[in-house]
Amino acid sequence: MNYKDMLRADKMPHIWCPGCGHGIILAAFLRAMAAKEVDPDKVVVVSGIGCSARASGYLDFNTLHTTHGRAIAFATGIKLANPELMVVVLTGDGDCAAIGGNHLIHGARRNIDLTVIVFNNSIYGMTSGQYSPLTPHRKKATTAPYGNFDHPFDLVELAKGAGATFVARGATAYPRQLEKVISHGLDHKGFSVIEAVSQCPTYYGRRNKMGSAVDMLHWIKENTSPGGKEEGKIPLGVFVQVQRPEYCSNYYESIESLARGEKGE
Amino acid sequence: MANKKLIQGNEACVEGALAAGVRFFAGYPITPSTEIAEGMAERLPLVGGAFIQMEDEIASIAAAIGASIAGVKAMTATSGPGFSLMQENIGFAAMTEIPVVVVDVCRGGPSTGTPTKGSQSDFMQTRWGTHGDHPVIVLTPSSVQEVYDETIRAFNLAEKYMVPVILLYDEVVGHMREGVVLTKPEEIIERKKPSVKPEDYRPYAAAEDMIPALAPFGTGYRYHITGLSHDETGFPTGNPKAIQGLLERICGKIEANRHDIIKYNAFDVDDAEAVILAFGSPVRTARHVQKEARARGKKVGLFQILTAWPFPHEALQEIYAKTQASFVIPEMTLGQLADEVSKSVPRDKIYSVLRNDGEMITPAQLEEAVRRVLE
Amino acid sequence: MNKNWEVIISGSGGQGAILAGIILAEAALADGYNVIQTQSYGPEARGGASRAEVLISSEALAYPKVQNCNLMVAMTQESLNKYGGMLAPGAILVTDEEIDTSSVPDGVIVHKAPIFATAARLPRPMVANIMVLGIMNTVANVVSPEHLQAAIQARVPAATIQLNMEALAKGIEIGQQLV
Repeated sequence: MNYKDMLRADKMPHIWCPGCGHGIILAAFLRAMAAKEVDPDKVVVVSGIGCSARASGYLDFNTLHTTHGRAIAFATGIKLANPELMVVVLTGDGDCAAIGGNHLIHGARRNIDLTVIVFNNSIYGMTSGQYSPLTPHRKKATTAPYGNFDHPFDLVELAKGAGATFVARGATAYPRQLEKVISHGLDHKGFSVIEAVSQCPTYYGRRNKMGSAVDMLHWIKENTSPGGKEEGKIPLGVFVQVQRPEYCSNYYESIESLARGEKGE
Repeated sequence: MANKKLIQGNEACVEGALAAGVRFFAGYPITPSTEIAEGMAERLPLVGGAFIQMEDEIASIAAAIGASIAGVKAMTATSGPGFSLMQENIGFAAMTEIPVVVVDVCRGGPSTGTPTKGSQSDFMQTRWGTHGDHPVIVLTPSSVQEVYDETIRAFNLAEKYMVPVILLYDEVVGHMREGVVLTKPEEIIERKKPSVKPEDYRPYAAAEDMIPALAPFGTGYRYHITGLSHDETGFPTGNPKAIQGLLERICGKIEANRHDIIKYNAFDVDDAEAVILAFGSPVRTARHVQKEARARGKKVGLFQILTAWPFPHEALQEIYAKTQASFVIPEMTLGQLADEVSKSVPRDKIYSVLRNDGEMITPAQLEEAVRRVLE
Repeated sequence: MNKNWEVIISGSGGQGAILAGIILAEAALADGYNVIQTQSYGPEARGGASRAEVLISSEALAYPKVQNCNLMVAMTQESLNKYGGMLAPGAILVTDEEIDTSSVPDGVIVHKAPIFATAARLPRPMVANIMVLGIMNTVANVVSPEHLQAAIQARVPAATIQLNMEALAKGIEIGQQLV
C-alpha cells in the first residue's frame, strides 16, 4: 500500500506550522504502516489534545480524537472490547507525560497491545508555548519566562520503569531510524512507547533562540546519538524489547477456561 | 408467587445491565457503588465480556466510551467524587453521540462528604455537570426492582438515542435488599446501523429523527470522531451555522422524544389537594405517608419521578392546572429538586422538606409537612 | 396470618450483624412475606457500631427503615446503648448475659443469654451471629426454621456450613430454655 493512500487528501493542507517536525513523524509512521500487510478498516488511531493530536484527522483509518491526556484510556477500551483491531495512539509530550501521565504508566504496567508514539517537541504548541514535563530545565516558555524551574522526565526511563515491553526513541533528524523503530513498535505485541524527538520552531525554538527549523534539525542531529552510545548525547534506538503476556490475550484466554467452568483460584 | 431473589440495589444494577446486554465494564472502586464493580468482575468473564479496573474514574469512563465505539454495550459506575472526575468525558460522549451508561450511587458531598450514607445532591450535577449545552438522560429508581428495570431502560435509551444515560440513585437504594423478580427484558434496543455504503457514509448526517447511525470501528466504515465541534462528516468545523446546527440537533433529539423518555408514576393525584413529589429513596417515605393519608381520607397524591432529565414539566403543569394542589417536595439535598419544580409550579405552592445529613427523611417529618400544607 | 416485624440486629463491625440481617430477610422472603433489609455502618469495615434492619410484613412495604422496633438483637453494650431507645413497648430484646440492660425502656421483654460464653466454646467463636439468630427466632418465632436453615446454608461460606449449623442448633437450644 502506498503511504499516500493512507492520508485523507481532502484534509490537506495540515495545520502544522512551517518547519514543524510533526509531519516528519507522521510520514515515518505511514511509511512503516505501508510496509505492512494491514487492512485499514482494522486500524484505529486514537489521539488526545494538542498539535500531535491533529494527526489522527489526516489518516484514513478509524480515527478518534479524544479529550486531553486520555487517548491511552480510550484506546484501552477499544482494544479490550475488540482485540482484533490494531490500535495506535498518537500523542504529545504534554498530552502523554503531564495530564495523561497516569494512563501512560498504567498502560505500560498492563502491557496492553497499543503502540504509543509520542511527538515530543518539548512544548505545548497548540496553546502557543507553555512548558511541558519534557521541557528541559532552564529553557524558556510562556509560562517559564525566567527559564523552566521544573526538571523534565526522561520518557524512555519512565516507560521502562513502568514496565513497557517495547521502548524506543527516534528523532526527526533521523527519519529512517524513526521509521524503523516505529515499525518495530507496531510489530511488537504488547505496550510500545516510541518517543519521537521533534522540533517546534514557532514557539520552543523562537523563545529559546534556536534559530530556524533547519537550525533546530541540526541541533537535534548534533545532540542525539543514533547508535545510543555517544557520551553526553540523547540516545536513540530501541532500549527495551521483551516479551511478556499481553493484557487482552491473557484476559480472554483466562476467561475462556472460566466459561468452561474451570474456576480460577 | 413469582420467584423472588433477595438482592441489593447495586446487585440489581449488575443483573439489569447483564440482561440488557452489557459486555464491558471499566471502573474504579468507590463507596457506595463498589458492589457494582465487584459484581461485574465476577459475572462479565463468565459471559465472555470484559471487566477492567482502571487507574481512576477519568480512565474508567474513557475506556467505557472506547469500548462502545468498538460496538460493545459499555458502562461504568461511581459515586460523587468519581462522578465529578468523569464529567469531561460524559460531555465527550454527549458531543460525539456515543452510548454509554454511567451509574452514580449518590453519597453526601461536597468533597469526600459522607461516603457510607445517602444523599441526592448530585441531582443537578447529573444534568449540568459537564460544560457546554449538552443532552443527557437521567433515570432515578427508588427500589431494588426499579434499579433492575431502569438499568435495562438506561441501556435501551442510550442505544436508541446515541447519548450517555446516567442512572442516579442514593446509597439507601444501592445497599437496600428487597425481593426482586429478574424478568427477561421485553425489548432490547441496539443502535442503528448505517444504511449506506462506506464511500457514501457521512457519520453525523442524521436522518429526520436527528439520530446518527454510527458504525462501530472495525466494520468497514472509516471515519473520524472528535470532541471538537464537527459537521456531518465528523470533521472539525468553525462554521457558525454548522456549530449551532450540531448543538441544536444533539439536544433536539432528546427534546423531541421527551414523551418516549420521560417516565413517572402518579398515585391519586387527580383530586389531590397536596401532591408529594419525589425521586429515589424519599419516594419510599412518600408512598408510606401518602397511603396513610388517603386511609384517613386526606386528599394526598404522590408523583414519583423515574426520568429526572429531561424533567417531567408537562406532567406537573397538567396536574397543577387541574388541581391547583400544593406540592410537598422531600429531597435529600438543600433544595435542588424544588428549584426545578418551580419552573412549573408557583413558588408559593411548593413546600420543601429538606434533609441532607445522611439519614432518610422520616414518615413523621413528611407527615408533619403534609399536615401543615393541608391546614 | 398477619405478620409485621421490625427487626434490628446490632453489634460491632465485623461481628456479622449485617449478614444475620440478610439471612433473616432471605428466610422471610422464602416464607412468602414482603421484606426489606437495610444497614447502617461507618466508614470502617471493622469496629464501630453497625446495624442491620429487617422489615417483614404480610402487607406491601414502602418506607424501608424501622420505626417501631419490636425485635432487637444487641451483641455489644455500645450497640444497645445506641439503639436501645428505638425499642417499642412490648418489643423483644435478645442480648448477652454480660450486657447491662438497666436502661432498656419499660415494657420490653428482655432475653439475656450466654451468647459469647457459648460461642467461645464452639470451634470458631465468629459464628455467634448465627447462634444469636437461632436464639432470636426460637423466642420470637419470626420465620420458619427450615427457611432459616436454608438461608444460612445459602449465605455462609461453603466450608463453614457445618460449623454454622452447629451454632444454629446451639442457638435453638438456648432459645428453648429461655421460653
